[in-house]
Amino acid sequence: MGIEYLQIMKSEMILTGIIFFLLFLKVWDGIKSNNSLLHITNVLLFLNVVAGLFFNTNGELFSGMFHTNNTLVLEKTILNVGTFLISMMAFDWLKDHKHLLEFYILLLCTLLGMDFMISSGNLLMFYLGLELSSIPLAALCNYDLHSIKSSESAVKMILSSAFASCILLFGISMLYGTTGTLNFVEMAPLLGHGNLQTLAFIFVFAGFAFKLSSVPFHLWTADVYEGAPVPVTAYLSVISKASIVFIFITALFQLFQNYGPMWYHMLYLSILLTITVGNLFAIRQDNIKRFLAFSSIAQVGYILLGISSGTIMGVSSALFFLMVYTFSNLGAFGVISLVAAKTGKDKISDFKGFYTHNKFASWVMAICLFSLAGIPPTAGFFAKMFLVTAGAAKGNYWLISIAVMNMVISLFYYLKVVKAIFIDENERPIEKLHGSLSLKIALTICIFGAITMGFASGLFEYINTITGK
Amino acid sequence: MINLSILLIIPLVTAVLVMLCRNAAQVRMTALLGSVVQLGYSSLIMFDYMSQRAAGNKSPMLYEAKVSWFSNLNIEYYVGVDGISVAMIMLTAVVVMTGILISWSVEKMTKEFFFLIVLLSFGAYGFFISLDLFTMFFFLEVAVIPKFLLIGIWGSGKKEYSAMKLALMLMGGSALVLIGLLCLYFNTDAGNGMHTFDLMKISHMHISIEAQRFIFPLMFVGFGVFTAIFPFHTWAPDGHSSAPTAASMFLAGISMKLGGYGCLRVAAFLMPEAAHEYSWIIILVSTIAIIYGAFATLMQTDLKYINAYSSVSHCGFVIFGIGMLTKTAITGAVMQMVSHGLMTALFFAAIGMIYERTHTRQVAQLGGLLKTIPFIITVFVIAGLCSLGLPGLSGFAAEMTVFMGSWQNPDTFYRVSTVLACASIVVTAVYILRAVGSTGMGPIKNADYLTFKDARWNEKLASVTLILCILAIGMAPFWLTNLISPDTQIIMDNISRSVVGR
Repeated sequence: MGIEYLQIMKSEMILTGIIFFLLFLKVWDGIKSNNSLLHITNVLLFLNVVAGLFFNTNGELFSGMFHTNNTLVLEKTILNVGTFLISMMAFDWLKDHKHLLEFYILLLCTLLGMDFMISSGNLLMFYLGLELSSIPLAALCNYDLHSIKSSESAVKMILSSAFASCILLFGISMLYGTTGTLNFVEMAPLLGHGNLQTLAFIFVFAGFAFKLSSVPFHLWTADVYEGAPVPVTAYLSVISKASIVFIFITALFQLFQNYGPMWYHMLYLSILLTITVGNLFAIRQDNIKRFLAFSSIAQVGYILLGISSGTIMGVSSALFFLMVYTFSNLGAFGVISLVAAKTGKDKISDFKGFYTHNKFASWVMAICLFSLAGIPPTAGFFAKMFLVTAGAAKGNYWLISIAVMNMVISLFYYLKVVKAIFIDENERPIEKLHGSLSLKIALTICIFGAITMGFASGLFEYINTITGK
Repeated sequence: MINLSILLIIPLVTAVLVMLCRNAAQVRMTALLGSVVQLGYSSLIMFDYMSQRAAGNKSPMLYEAKVSWFSNLNIEYYVGVDGISVAMIMLTAVVVMTGILISWSVEKMTKEFFFLIVLLSFGAYGFFISLDLFTMFFFLEVAVIPKFLLIGIWGSGKKEYSAMKLALMLMGGSALVLIGLLCLYFNTDAGNGMHTFDLMKISHMHISIEAQRFIFPLMFVGFGVFTAIFPFHTWAPDGHSSAPTAASMFLAGISMKLGGYGCLRVAAFLMPEAAHEYSWIIILVSTIAIIYGAFATLMQTDLKYINAYSSVSHCGFVIFGIGMLTKTAITGAVMQMVSHGLMTALFFAAIGMIYERTHTRQVAQLGGLLKTIPFIITVFVIAGLCSLGLPGLSGFAAEMTVFMGSWQNPDTFYRVSTVLACASIVVTAVYILRAVGSTGMGPIKNADYLTFKDARWNEKLASVTLILCILAIGMAPFWLTNLISPDTQIIMDNISRSVVGR
């Protein structure tokens, strides 16, 4: 094994190293205190983020099965940062948990799977990564060991993801059957002939739609999100979703480029349904996790809107949106996880009068929700603007009008939460919650990202340059 | 040397300082200081602007500054002002300062209150100085959410409902603007397959008439929602009446002007052909707004509702003036924006002062207040007289200009509308005099009223400032006209050139 393996698979190698180190800690059993273990893990994850920024080499391995470039490094950095933030936020929940190291081992395995998945240049590698990233997630969903809902969520997760995998695999097998190759680059020019390939494309598309929880394949989302522990829900709705979007972009732009007009129309329908249904269902929710689940379904619709343009601008705005979305959504989840860990409450009505005793957490929540709703001066405004602008380049103003009008609907339900926090009166509001230092740091990072990222035009321009290559 | 970005930096610094303050007294002083500095700087800009114009500077925009922001989309941070924007900036500065003075006694969450007020003013200043449509839209939306919180937290009555209604309707309006904006953007050509948001560049481009027909209504209605255009005015009465005093002043004084300014600067200026085509609809709708607003006011019994509905009617004059597309009428529309901003701020301030003492705004329960709180009622009377268009006060000067400009349009339909709009002034006189009379005159209806103390220093200072501005414009309207008419001329040139070219 030459040095280039280490260089090109750097982030995967580091992650594997961390996983082994944690396994070793588990076996050694020398550190008894949960707090120290958590601190060690958080430091490791932070180092992982930092290490991901330097000494990156572009190239490919295993005759194109695995490749990496600047865009992928950026995508992996987004995932790493998100995982780090979630880990910081999970502190209050995990510090009394019996199986702490297993949690991290499973979590990092899924992250490793995602890294492999988005770096894949071959359908087999892609499928391996996908499975590695989704099966441990089911175990994670079940991590509230005494809650029945958590088990329900895990079962739903494993069944629906198995089903999605089936569909995907069926499509892949047909693709392999008709082209005789699994490599993206070799397969792409051979596609676009015959009905069987079209069918295969539809299957693959549906498999992706399942994973993305875009309408009409969204039904599993809300139940899984509701039952899973808050940090896992955050992981599912941010990291897991982002990684699928990344590989989806690669699949559409590289593998299925011959199907351009077709996937545009499929996306069109999917966007229309996803945004509208996601929003309409979000209005009716009272459980804040279900609420965020449906709102995140609607957000996926906007990401697809950017992608549907089929341009570099569309892709880069989708990536930018996901970056902003990571910070804003995780900020909101951070506050929810604090409340859930300390009081066990997770209804929107429980948040009434939240501002009375928890000023900082309330502002974090409000700013993150505004960012999700796309209200300036938060970064979410810029991200949504770019997505919509990219989508509008096609000249399909009906779709744009519906998307933009849906932003008003979404504002309604985000404001409902803000109203509960700031305006509504409550005789017994939630007491002052004392979160751990790491939670506070994570929230500060989130709020900083959610405010400043939009003004940093250099970031967006950088994304645009690297995706252009 | 004038740098417009300072207009944005001052509120931002104030907002940060407000957040750092330790107690309510510090918060108030900081906010006031910030707004005074801002007013000073705005005045500096105005005088410098006038001297530059007097010296023969003919460029359409002054103090331009341009920084590339998102270069791959050709988005720029591009600011510059002309006379119209300068007038709007002055208006904003005055209203914000007086609003802060009036809210001196806010006890509940003082820090957050002043922070949001300052944030609102930040949005307004940014909107008025932007020459890039993207930046403009950004600032337009910045000014929405603080209103939601201001009304929701510090409001009265059915505040949750009003706050939500206002936020959603305004956001709906800005969504329409956004669609129009994107459509406009993709119809521009900046070379190399790029498009532009640059307002001045677009004004020299020829946007195809088909595109204009589609974009103009979106833009005009979108901005129109902000200025309570009929039939999208319903947020205004509820919003105004539930809002705390300073927020009402801000809403009616500045926020509604964002819409009027947008209609003029973006919709009419950039799409003159469509403006001509749709002119009759604009006139129809605004005439309805003027008359409907006036009659709806007659039916109101709550002082704030009276002013809110009369605002719908008065802002109708702004749209009316713009829709007439003659130079005088547009000048009048801008004057009406300034005049209405000041007058309605004064009106809401007076109502706020009365409400703070009596805890009721129902006209029927008030009476004889002139005897106990003469200063406040005098302010109230002056605001009322300005609203009904008494010569010597700003309302007369502005409305008169609008009517004169409208009459220049020889078409029968426009003449009839002008006559109808003129007639609404009679109705205005009825409701204003009735409200003023039964509040200030007559027997004292409640023994508690005898114990009231008259205005405090902050209230006096705020009222006097506003009254002085109203008097200045009313006595010497040429002063304001000179400021804005060179720039309405530029807008008119654009509009008439398109008609000749067709």
